[in-house]
Amino acid sequence: MANYARPQGLEEALDLLAEGRWRVLAGGTDFYPGQGARPIRENILDINRLDALRGISRTDDAYVVGARTTWSELIAHDLPPSFDALKAAAREVGSVQIQNAATVAGNLCNASPAADGAPPLLVLDASVEIAARAGRRRVPLGAFVRGNRETALAPDEMVVALVVPRTATAGGSGFVKLGARRYLVISIAMAAARVALAEDGTIGEIALALGACSPVARRMTGLEHALRGRRPETALDFGPDQLVELTPIDDVRASAAYRREAAAEILRRAIRQACDDGAGKEKAA
Amino acid sequence: MSPVRETIGFTLNGAPVSAEVSPVARLSAVLRDELGATGTKLGCDAGDCGACTVLVDGAAVCACLMPAASAAGRRVTTVEGLANGRLSALQASFLRHGAAQCGICTPGFLVAATALLDRNPAPSEEEVRDALGGVLCRCTGYRKIIAAVIDAGLLETGRDSPPPETGRAVGAAVMRLDGAAKVTGTDRFGADERPADALSVLVIRSPHWHARFSFGDLDGFVAARPGLAAVFTAADIPGRNRFGVIGPFADQPALAEGTARFRGEAVALVAGEPAAIAALDPTEFPIDWHALPHVLDPAEAVAEGAGLVHEDRPGNILTQGLVARGDAEAAIAAAAVSVSGTIETAYVEHAYIEPEAGYAVFDGDTLVVRACTQAPYMDRDDTAAVLGLPPDKVRIVPAATGGGFGSKLDVSLQPLVGLVALKTGRPAVLAYTRADSMASTTKRHPASMRATLAANADGRIAGLAFAGDFNTGAYASWGPTVANRVPVHACGPYLTPNYRASARAVHTNGPVAGAFRGFGVPQATIMLETLYDALAAKLGIDRLELRRRNALADGDRTATGQVLASGVGIGACLAALEPHWRRALADAETANAAAGDGTVRRGVGIASCWYGCGNTSLPNPSTIRVGISPAGRVVLHQGAVDIGQGSNTVIAQICADAAGLPLVAFSLIDGDTAHTPDAGKTSASRQTYVSGKAAEKAGRALREKILRYANVSSQARIEIEPGLLVVREGEARRQIALDTLPLDGRGYVFSAEESYDPPTTALDENGQGVPYAVYGYGAQIVELAVDRSLGTVALLKITAAHDVGRAINPQLAEGQIEGGIAQGIGMALMEDYVPGRTENLHDYLIPTIGDVPPIETILVEIADPEGPFGAKGLGEHVLIPTAPAILNAIRDATGVLVDRLPATPSRVLAAIRAAEAGR
Repeated sequence: MANYARPQGLEEALDLLAEGRWRVLAGGTDFYPGQGARPIRENILDINRLDALRGISRTDDAYVVGARTTWSELIAHDLPPSFDALKAAAREVGSVQIQNAATVAGNLCNASPAADGAPPLLVLDASVEIAARAGRRRVPLGAFVRGNRETALAPDEMVVALVVPRTATAGGSGFVKLGARRYLVISIAMAAARVALAEDGTIGEIALALGACSPVARRMTGLEHALRGRRPETALDFGPDQLVELTPIDDVRASAAYRREAAAEILRRAIRQACDDGAGKEKAA
Repeated sequence: MSPVRETIGFTLNGAPVSAEVSPVARLSAVLRDELGATGTKLGCDAGDCGACTVLVDGAAVCACLMPAASAAGRRVTTVEGLANGRLSALQASFLRHGAAQCGICTPGFLVAATALLDRNPAPSEEEVRDALGGVLCRCTGYRKIIAAVIDAGLLETGRDSPPPETGRAVGAAVMRLDGAAKVTGTDRFGADERPADALSVLVIRSPHWHARFSFGDLDGFVAARPGLAAVFTAADIPGRNRFGVIGPFADQPALAEGTARFRGEAVALVAGEPAAIAALDPTEFPIDWHALPHVLDPAEAVAEGAGLVHEDRPGNILTQGLVARGDAEAAIAAAAVSVSGTIETAYVEHAYIEPEAGYAVFDGDTLVVRACTQAPYMDRDDTAAVLGLPPDKVRIVPAATGGGFGSKLDVSLQPLVGLVALKTGRPAVLAYTRADSMASTTKRHPASMRATLAANADGRIAGLAFAGDFNTGAYASWGPTVANRVPVHACGPYLTPNYRASARAVHTNGPVAGAFRGFGVPQATIMLETLYDALAAKLGIDRLELRRRNALADGDRTATGQVLASGVGIGACLAALEPHWRRALADAETANAAAGDGTVRRGVGIASCWYGCGNTSLPNPSTIRVGISPAGRVVLHQGAVDIGQGSNTVIAQICADAAGLPLVAFSLIDGDTAHTPDAGKTSASRQTYVSGKAAEKAGRALREKILRYANVSSQARIEIEPGLLVVREGEARRQIALDTLPLDGRGYVFSAEESYDPPTTALDENGQGVPYAVYGYGAQIVELAVDRSLGTVALLKITAAHDVGRAINPQLAEGQIEGGIAQGIGMALMEDYVPGRTENLHDYLIPTIGDVPPIETILVEIADPEGPFGAKGLGEHVLIPTAPAILNAIRDATGVLVDRLPATPSRVLAAIRAAEAGR
C-alpha cells in the first residue's frame, strides 16, 4: 500500500481523488474477497469516517440513500412498500454479518452481474449521485453499471448517494432470488417488480427488472409495456419470448435456457408479490 | 515505500487493547496475530464461511472483512468474551446438545447466536436460521446447533448431565470429553500457534493443468527482497520426492520436478520473515511455464492415443477392481425384468472449514510437525521419506483438526514446512488459504457409471452388472482404494446371487481425487438405488418392500462369497422405517391431491447402505495404551485422531467399561507419535470398531492386572480415588496406595497396551474373500417438494435408521448421522467442484443452516460379534443413502430421474422439460 487516507470530510476526499489514483474502501465486503492473499499495492481511500454519507433521508422529491448506508440500516428504516423489494433483497445479501457491514452503494460500485441491489433499485428508477471536486452529476442506475465489473465512475469521482425519485415509489413491490441453496448464495437469477394499480384494478404503473441473467441487470420495458393496462389476475400468462431485453448467460450456476425460462417464472412471482404488497393502496409516497 | 502503520485501539471483550498495524489489515488478523485472540477462526478470508464472526458494538460482522481502522474506538466481542468465569448458557447448551463437533466453526456460531439471543431470548427456528445463515458448518448438519440455540434461551446455565456410573459409560450420551475447549475458543488448531522466530512459507503453484516449467533467477529474487530467507524447489529435497497413502502407488512429489500435472500443484516454496512473505506477490516469482496438452475427461483419458499422465501407467489406468460371482450376464438375460441406467457425479470438495495449517520445528535432532491431520503415523512416515530422515526422527503432534472427511489423510503442508525447517534450522509455519486448500488437496472422485439390475417376477434379484470409471486425477492418492471398495459394495446390502462389478481409477490432469467419506461407495450407491426404484416401478412392487425382500440376512453370502453369520442389520433398519414410509407416502399423496395440478409436487424416496469397516483386505491394526498414574488418574493414550467425530469420547467410554473404571477418572493423551502408539488413521469408519476393540482389550488387560495384584476374582469392583485404588469383592476390601508401588516401563503403576487387527482375507482374482470383518447398515427416507416451474427442491424431512451394532454414545452417533446427511444433501443438490472456477466457498456451495431439514434418527442396535460391545462403524455409512434417496424422491415427485449430479435447479427443470417433450 503506497498511501492510505481516511478523510474526515467529503471535500478532503474529493481533493485526494482529484490529485491521485485511489481505491475507495467502504464496508470492505467486496474489497477483501477481491484482494485475497495478495498484498495491497494501491493507494487506499478509506471513506469510513465520512459520516455525511451515512443514512437515509427524504427530500421533497426523492429518497436519498447515503453511500455509506449499510443493508442492515436500510432494512431497519421505515420506507414505503415500493421499497419492500429492496428490503427483501437486502435480507438476501450474503448474511447478517455482510448486511451489517456492506453498503448499498458499494454493491452497485462492485458491478457484479449478480448484485442483489440492482433489480430492486432499477424498479425504483434509482440514480447514482456522483461527486468530484469539479462538481456533481446524477447517472441513472441503468447507465451507471456498464458491464461486468465496469461502472461509469471516472477515477476522480466517488458515489455519494443513491437517489430514488418519489415519482417512482408508488405501489407495492416484490423480489425473488433464485439460488441453489438457502443462505449466502449468489443468484442464478433475480427478479424485482413494482406495481401500482389504477382505480379500475388494472395495472397502472409497472416496473420490472431481472438480475444475474446477463452481464448487467436490466429493466424489462417491453414486458412492462405489454402488461400496463391489463388486470394482474389475467396478465401473468406471458412467456420467456416476451422478455425481449434478456440475453441470458450460461455458466456454472445454470444454463442460458434455464435462465430464460426461470426468469419469466420469477418475474410472475415478483409481480404477484408486488400486487399482494399493496399495489392498489399505495400512491407515490 | 514503507508500509503505513497506525496505532489502533479498541475494547476487546471489555478490556482496552491496541496494536500498531496497517489500518487496512483485516480485523481478524489483528485479533489473531497481534492480540493473540485466536478463538476467532479463519476459514475463507472472504466472508463466505462466517467462522471469524465477531461483534462490533453488538452487531455481528466477519472480522476478515473489516479494516482494522474501522474497529478503532469500538467494542469488539469475540468467543473469548462469552464466558464470564463459567460457560455462558449458550456455550453450555452447545456442549449439552453436542452442537460442536470439530469446533472450528463453533466460535462463529456462538458469537452470531449471542447477537441474536441478546435481542431475542426466545427465538423461533426460523429466526435462528436467519441469524446463523452466514456461518457454515461441515460436521454437524446444523440440527444440534439450532436446538442448542433455542434451548439456551429457555434454560438456566449449568444443567449438565451427570457423568455415567462406573460400568455404564457405554450407551450413555456422554458430553464430549474434549468439548469445553471447543466452546470457549481455546482449542488449538493448526493455524493457532506460531513458534517464536518462525519463518512464514508461501507455496508457488501451477496455474496450468499440465505444464513444464523452469526457474529464473531465484537467488536474485531472494536478494532483491529484504526479509526473504530462501526459495526451495524439488532440487532441495533430500529424500525420496514421492509421497502417497498406499506405498506401492506413491507417486506424488512434494514439489513438482520440472513438470506439473495439475492446476494447483506445488512447484516451489518461498520462506521469509512474516512481513516479507505478506508483501510478496506470487505472480512476481521467476518461473517460466510451457503449457502441455492435458486431459480432464476420463473418457478421453482412456481413449486410444491419449497422452499419458504417468508414463508407466498405460491407458491412464491407475488400477481396477473386480468382484464377480455366479454369471451376471446370463442371469440378467434370463430374468423376468431388468432395468439399466447411467449416473454421472461431480468432483466434490471436502470443504472442511479449517484450511490445512501447521508448523515444523526442530527439537534437538527430531523434526516436530504440529498440524491438522487424520493420520499421524502415516504423516510421520511420508514426511520422513521425503526429507530423508529416519521415521523416529520425525514426530507428529496433531493439532486440533477442523474437519477432515478423508482429505487430511494425505500429507499436505507437512513435508513443505519440514523442508524449510530442515534447510534453514528455523521453525516454519504455513496456513493454506482457502484457494490453496481447494486447488491442491484431494476431492471425491467424479464417477461415470452404468449398470443393469434384473429380478425374477417375484421381485427377487437375479443379477447385477455394474461398471464405473472413477476420475482419480493426476496422482494416485486413494484411487486404488476406491477401485477396490466400489465393486465390493455396488450391490448394496442385498442378496445378489449373480454379480459382476468393475471399477477403474483413471488418471487425468484434474485435481487429485482421494478419500472422501465412503471411498466411491456413495457414488456407486446412487447408481444402484436409483435402479432399485426403476425396478420396483417395473415390477409394480412397493419400493420399500422390494428392498426388504432382497435385504441380506444372517447366514447369507455377500457378493464376495463371505458368509455373514450374524449381526446383519439392514432388515431391521428397513423394518424400522416401514411406519415412517407409510406415513410419508400418505402425507405426500394428501398434499399432492390438495395441490391438484399446482407447481409444487411432493415426493418420497428411500435408499439403503452397507459399508465394510476398515481397510479392504489389508492389515489395519490399532494399538491402545492405558495406564494408572501414581496420582490415581487413568491415562488413555488415545491415538484415534478425533477430527470432530468423537473418538476421544467414544474410545474412552469403551475403555472405561472394559476396565470397570469410572469415565471421570480418565485423562487423554492424543495421537502424538512420541507418546501414543499407532491407532491407525481416522478413516474407513474404523475407529469405533478397530481402535475401540483395541481399547476394549487394553481396558480388560488393565483390569486383569489390577485384579491379579489384588488377588481377587473377575467379579471384583475397582474404585479409584486420588492416589488410591480400592478393590472390593463381597466383604473383602483391598486398598492399593499407588505412590508406594514401582512404576512399570511405561511410567505407570499399572498399564496395558493391546492391539487389534480385523480378521480379513485377501480377495482372489474374482474379488472373492473376506474383505471386512464388520459391516454397518442403514437406510434413509427423504421427503421433499419439487417446484416444477423452477426445478428447485425443498427438503421437508429425512428419517434415518442406522444399525450401529451398539450405540456407544447415542448423541455422538446422531451427530454423525445428521452431519453425514448434510454432506449427502450437498452432493445431491449443489456441490460441483470445477477446477479453476470454484476455488472458494461462494462459487462452491455447501449446505447452509437453511438447507438441512429436520432429521429423525432411529438407532438400530444389532450387535456385531466382532465389534467392541457389539459396535459397528458409522461415520461413512450415514452419507451414503442420502443422495440416492433424494434423487428417488425427485423422481417420485416429477416422474424424472436426474442422472447427472448435482441435481441443480437447472438440471431438474431440464429433465422435466425433456420428459414432457418425449411424451
